[in-house]
Amino acid sequence: MAGIPATADLRPPVSQIKALDWLRANLFSSWANTALTLVVGYVIVRTLMGFIPWGVFNAVWTGSADECKAAKGVGACWAFFPANWRFILFATFPYEEHWRPALASVTFVFLYVFSAIRANWNARLVYVWAGGLALIGVLMFGGVFGLSFVATERWGGLVLTLILATFGIALAFPLAILLALGRRSHMPAVKTLCVAFIELIRGVPLISVLFMASVMFPLFLPEGVTFDKLLRAQVGIIFFASAYLAEVVRGGLQALPKGQYEAADALGLSYWQAMRMIVLPQALRMVIPPMVNTFIGLFKDTSLVLIIGLLDVLNAAKTAAAQPEWRGYGPEVYFGISLMYFVFCFAMSKYSQQVEVEFNRHKHR
Amino acid sequence: MSATAAAQASGEPMIKLTKLNKWYGDFHVLKNIDFEVRKGEKIVVCGPSGSGKSTMIRCINRLEEHQQGTLVVDGIELTNDLKNIEAIRREVGMVFQHFNLFPHLTVLENLTLAPIWVRKVPKAEAEETAMFYLKRVRIPEQAHKYPGQLSGGQQQRVAIARSLCMKPKIMLFDEPTSALDPEMVKEVLDTMVELAREGMTMICVTHEMGFAKAVADRVVFMDKGEIVESNVPHAFFDNPQNERTKLFLSQILNH
Ligand SMILES: Nc1ncnc2c1ncn2[C@@H]1O[C@H](COP(=O)(O)OP(=O)(O)OP(=O)(O)O)[C@@H](O)[C@H]1O
Ligand SMILES: [Mg+2]
Repeated sequence: MAGIPATADLRPPVSQIKALDWLRANLFSSWANTALTLVVGYVIVRTLMGFIPWGVFNAVWTGSADECKAAKGVGACWAFFPANWRFILFATFPYEEHWRPALASVTFVFLYVFSAIRANWNARLVYVWAGGLALIGVLMFGGVFGLSFVATERWGGLVLTLILATFGIALAFPLAILLALGRRSHMPAVKTLCVAFIELIRGVPLISVLFMASVMFPLFLPEGVTFDKLLRAQVGIIFFASAYLAEVVRGGLQALPKGQYEAADALGLSYWQAMRMIVLPQALRMVIPPMVNTFIGLFKDTSLVLIIGLLDVLNAAKTAAAQPEWRGYGPEVYFGISLMYFVFCFAMSKYSQQVEVEFNRHKHR
Repeated sequence: MSATAAAQASGEPMIKLTKLNKWYGDFHVLKNIDFEVRKGEKIVVCGPSGSGKSTMIRCINRLEEHQQGTLVVDGIELTNDLKNIEAIRREVGMVFQHFNLFPHLTVLENLTLAPIWVRKVPKAEAEETAMFYLKRVRIPEQAHKYPGQLSGGQQQRVAIARSLCMKPKIMLFDEPTSALDPEMVKEVLDTMVELAREGMTMICVTHEMGFAKAVADRVVFMDKGEIVESNVPHAFFDNPQNERTKLFLSQILNH
């Protein structure tokens, strides 16, 4: 240390690029770049010039279907949403009981936010989830505490999307890990089973998995045994997502240097100890981006339950838009619902980036 | 030196390989290996690249499986029985060429993981042992860093300490210094010499002939999957018997 002069605490120079310099450096650095900037700028401006008068100035924000009809072709009919929000969010749930799915949805969002905070990552998190899910179950089913019973056939809207996505992700994830480990197993039976499952499920569209789960699966059940349509859809989604996720996880397992497995073996760790403490923590960190990609895909794919007649939030909105007086507002409906999906998916994406940085901190000196 | 070392090595065999054979597909990597290591003995294994040195020592803790012959470690015969494999791995430490530390765990966690989960040592005790061995390898101040923050030599010393924390009876080293920058080789070799002086049973695959002369009871030369020659260091280096040994020694000593 003695040889280092006093200037050792000099900081790297802080860059002080002004806005104008930034523009010059990033948008107008060459003739080609300038031309591209102008073309893209023109397209953006033209699009906004088309959208803003329609979507903002001339739009009908509140009011009846008649007011929308008057503005048709000139302004957007955002009034669709205030007029139909209860059906979009709760669909066919009994009207007087809408507070129940509302509270259930809020509980879901609370659970997401609570779990996203790293300080809460301890044993208590398990209890919070158990409590939260129990509350959601009671609210949705009812039949206790003086709440009327509501069959799953009547569930719908946002809460249905959240249920399918939450349980889909929460259960597909561990299943995917088992499948990925199984696919690399030295036991031929386990390996074959996992490969067959993954390839079979991955080889068909989700729509057909859902269709099979809802129409064909009951045919194999013994006479008189039924099980819930929603549950069947949920199982279909879990299977489908787990097959994709398993391949993502396997990528992580393969990317891990062989030396890590060998060091764990040489220290005498059992297979499951090595997986739990050495292999999976490293392998999963490596595949956070493609994993989140799959989660986001799953979240949006839940809307395919329409095929078996369930009304998730997107299909509830489409159903609302099929009422005679609200016909013809497709762009508004899809725009609004897309915005909602975007909020959820963008939050997932942003949060995962943060987690990734945090988890990989040990890699930086 | 070798007289005192030989005295340290008591009669009981710790490792005994008998007519050991191994194939990778059609490729015969280990051919009829007969090899015995007594308690406290230090063996240096050398030989050209691809001669099967790593494969042989990796058979001893079952990182590789042999197909013929018997392999007995500390009185336990290595079979497909998982119980035996786990028992042997608890007694045999291994140090790798590329350290193979767990990058997502701190140095201290690297050292305490196996004692806690395999030996069921209480955490406080495991940490105490870990700090003891970190002091032995002279880097106690790095305990809370991640492996990626250490130099190669420091990482290899952590790897040695990690193995020692399991209180093994036997230590295997597979070219522990060949991935290191020259200036870091000495600090790792010093640690190994110290360990040898304390009477640890050791098998080292290395081409550090200075180390072999200083601590080995026997030097074993392997070529093409066979043990070609095995002798005490001074006889091995000064008066090699086999032509292949002579050729190998002339190659590694002449540069
Ligand atoms: N998993 C494997 N599959 C097929 N062949 C292998 C495998 N591992 C090693 N071999 C081959 O077995 C032979 C012996 O390998 P081994 O690693 O034991 O050599 P080595 O003496 O340690 O050499 P080096 O000094 O280069 O480390 C080599 O020819 C190598 O190519
Ligand atoms: Mg080798």
